[in-house]
Parts: sequence; C-alpha cells; structure tokens
Amino acid sequence: MPARPTLLKILDGLAILMLAVATYFALVKAPTELVMGQVQRVFYFHIGTAWTALLGFLFASVLSVIYLITKNLKWDLYQVAAIEVSLVFFLITIMLGSIWAYPAWNTWWTWDPRLTTAAITELVYIAYFMLRQGIDDPDRRARFGAVYALLGGISAPITFFAIRLYRTIHPVVIAGTNPKAEGGFSMTPSMLTAMFVALIAFTVIFIDLYWNRIRLGNLQDKVEQLKLKVMV
Amino acid sequence: MAKDVTKAPGESMVADHANPVSPRETAERSAGRARVRASSGNFLKAVSAVLWKDVQAEVRSRELFSAMLVFSLLIILIFNFALELDIKTRQSVTSGVLWATFAFAGTLGLNRSMAIEKDRGCIDGLLLAPVDRSAIFFGKVLSNLVFMLIVEAVVLPVYSVLYNINLFQPGLLMVILLGSIGYVAVGTLLAAMAVQTRMRDILLPILLFPVAIPVLLAAVKASSGILAGVPYEEIQFPINLLIAYDLIFVAVAFMTFENIVEE
Repeated sequence: MPARPTLLKILDGLAILMLAVATYFALVKAPTELVMGQVQRVFYFHIGTAWTALLGFLFASVLSVIYLITKNLKWDLYQVAAIEVSLVFFLITIMLGSIWAYPAWNTWWTWDPRLTTAAITELVYIAYFMLRQGIDDPDRRARFGAVYALLGGISAPITFFAIRLYRTIHPVVIAGTNPKAEGGFSMTPSMLTAMFVALIAFTVIFIDLYWNRIRLGNLQDKVEQLKLKVMV
Repeated sequence: MAKDVTKAPGESMVADHANPVSPRETAERSAGRARVRASSGNFLKAVSAVLWKDVQAEVRSRELFSAMLVFSLLIILIFNFALELDIKTRQSVTSGVLWATFAFAGTLGLNRSMAIEKDRGCIDGLLLAPVDRSAIFFGKVLSNLVFMLIVEAVVLPVYSVLYNINLFQPGLLMVILLGSIGYVAVGTLLAAMAVQTRMRDILLPILLFPVAIPVLLAAVKASSGILAGVPYEEIQFPINLLIAYDLIFVAVAFMTFENIVEE
C-alpha cells in the first residue's frame, strides 16, 4: 500500500487543528447571543457545514457533466467522493439546525422552504447511492450516477423556488431581510469572525475528507484488480 | 425477478440478442442512423412508430391501462377514509388527492412500460433500429403520456361524480397536461435507469419522487388555485414554474437518454 502523501498528512493535521480552533471560537470566543442564549452557538457549525455541503453538491453536478463528456472513470470517483462527504456534512447541518430550532421556534422541524429543500436534497442523494448499489457494471454505474446527480443538482434549486410558494420563517442572517423570520439576529464583529473561522475550518475538513475518500477509492480499485489477478 | 439484467463489462446488448452482428453491419447501421438523423420527417416517423407500437400493444392487452385505472380508484378510496373527505376538507385537499393519485398511478405505468421492453428484449430491437436514440425516448415519453392522460381522463369524471365537484375547467386541464408532461419526461428517463438495476421494482419511486417534487408542488398549488377560483395573477407563478420545469427536464432527459441505453 502506498504511503499517504506528505501533503495529505499535513492536511489531516491541519483539519484537526482547524476543528479545534473553530470549536474554540464558536464556544468561547464568540459572545453569547442576547435573546437565544447559548444555543445560538450551533449557528457557526451549521453555516460551516451547510456552505461546504452545498458547494460539494454543486461541484458534483459539474463533475457529472465532465464524466458524461469524457467517460473517464476518474471523474466518477471524484463525483462519488464529493457527494458522499457532502451528504454527511448536510446531515450535520440539518441536525444542528434542528437542535437550534427547538428552543428558537419551539419545534424540531417545520415545513419551511429551506428545511424542506434540505430534506429533499438529502433524499435525492440517498437515492443516488441506492441507485449505484443496484448496478454491478462500473461503467454503467458511473453513467447512471452521473445522470442522476445531474438531475438532482438541477432539481434542488427549482425545488427551493417551488417551495417559496409557501411561507418561510427561516432567518436570513447574511444580507437578507425577512419580516416574518423568527430567530434572526444581527452579528457583532466577533460573531462574524467566529463564523468565518468555522467556514474556513469546514472547507479545510471537507477538502481533507475528500482527498482521503478519493485515495480510498483508488485503493479499492487496486484491490479489485489484484483480486482479478489472483482469480485468473 | 424475471431476468438478471446485469451484464459483464464489455458484453454488448447485441450479444445477448442471440443474433450477433458483424462489424460491417454495425457500420451500415450507424451510417443509416446518421442519414435518418439528417431528416426531421423521419425523426417524427420514428417517434410515432414507437408510440404506435406501444398503443397497439396496449389496445391488445389492456394490462397497463386497467392496472393504472383500478389502482387510481383504490387510491382515491383510501384517501376518502384516510382524510374523511367531507365537504369542507374536500375543497382544500382535492388538488392534493388528485396529484398524489396521478403520481402513484404514473409510477406504476412508467415502471411497467419500461419493464416489458426489458423483459422481452424489445429494447434491444428498438436500439438496433437505425433511428436516433432520442426518437425512441420521445416515443416512449409520448406513449407514457398518453396512458397517463387517459387514466386522468377517467379519474377526473369519477372523482367529480363521487365528490360532487366540477373538475372540468379548462385551466385545470391545462395544469394537468403541463404537470403530466414534466412528470412523464423525467419518469421515462428514470424508469429506463431503474429497470437496468437489481432492485428495479422498488427503485423508480425512490428515484423519481425527490426529483419530481417541484412539478408536483407547482401543479398542486396551481390546481388548488384554479379550483378556488382565484384570479390568474395569483397562480401565474406556479404555472410558469411548471412550464420552466417541463422545458428544462425534457431537454436534460433528451440529452442524457443516450447515456442510459448505451452499452
């Protein structure tokens, strides 16, 4: 087994360090929010994971187009890795949101556009993995996966617009005003710092996990090839 | 499971058709395909040939239609008990009940229409035909749309009679047409995928519903607006959304279909 590249080792260390720093900023450094109190602190990680997960899904849609044009299985691996990491990050986003929503909105869940879109997006990509699981031929798996990821990537924003037909109470903290929003707040400079630290931290963690996942995929392929060699 | 659909990589669809094709023939076929692609008259002919084949098979067997229809009526019956459809509830949930019924019956039809192609090896024959693959796609979309519209055409009067509500309004019929187009376009593409996997019977709704949510949402919103008699401005947004969804997804499905059937 080839050793981990040095750069990846450094990135692993950096990811752990950044997680610690972001936790410190979110839990200690940032001031306690006046109305909501301590629970508002989940916001930093909520934003951090949401941001990276959504970018990851977007990235995966671009990769599926590249795969469909080039038909090189390398792009398929990049795509699966992006969706896998994003799926976990997005699940964390939703769970953190729920933890915040219970005290802020007095309910774990509400059928708000953002929440509903998030749930549907999560379901699209779970369906994506179920689809892949049902196909043995790697080329066909890659083709179907790419087409489905593309459909999912296009339908998610449309879903968001469609649910705008119904009302929203989700606060838009960054550059947005929604008079009906509940639980919104304006950020002090040190809150902003904590948010940006969390954003950077989760971006680093995402890249680190992504790289490790691609490496894992390559190793998997190698194992498959070795198995075939032994059988022959 | 009638037949294992998975194949070893490299083994082509042609090979399991018990009718090996020489490279020369393949070349001739692709040349033929290029020729056919050049003329749009032949494209329409190919589309209508696929549509006609499906309609004729259905007229002879009546399997799909009767299954979809009975299934829809049963769903309406279940909703009747589940929601206690008294006069007051009826006004607010009619469009929801209708679209849930259409969506479920639609999956049934989509699954079946692709499964028969796969089981009897018809799809191999279709793919060997010297026509553009997208002609096959549009043919299948049209035949699925026809079946769905026929089922809807029967469900609407039945629902109208059972619940004493007039569903025959031009606006509603237009919304139903627009919604069905989007649903069937994506559904045909995903059904073609689902039948080629191991869990084909259960996979289609799981793949289709999350992607089709926008079309169902917009259709429900527009239908209930029309049934409540609101002015057109209020339902313009969902109707525009339906049109946009139809255009986008017909285009995407058309462009990606080749990847689904290619071997």
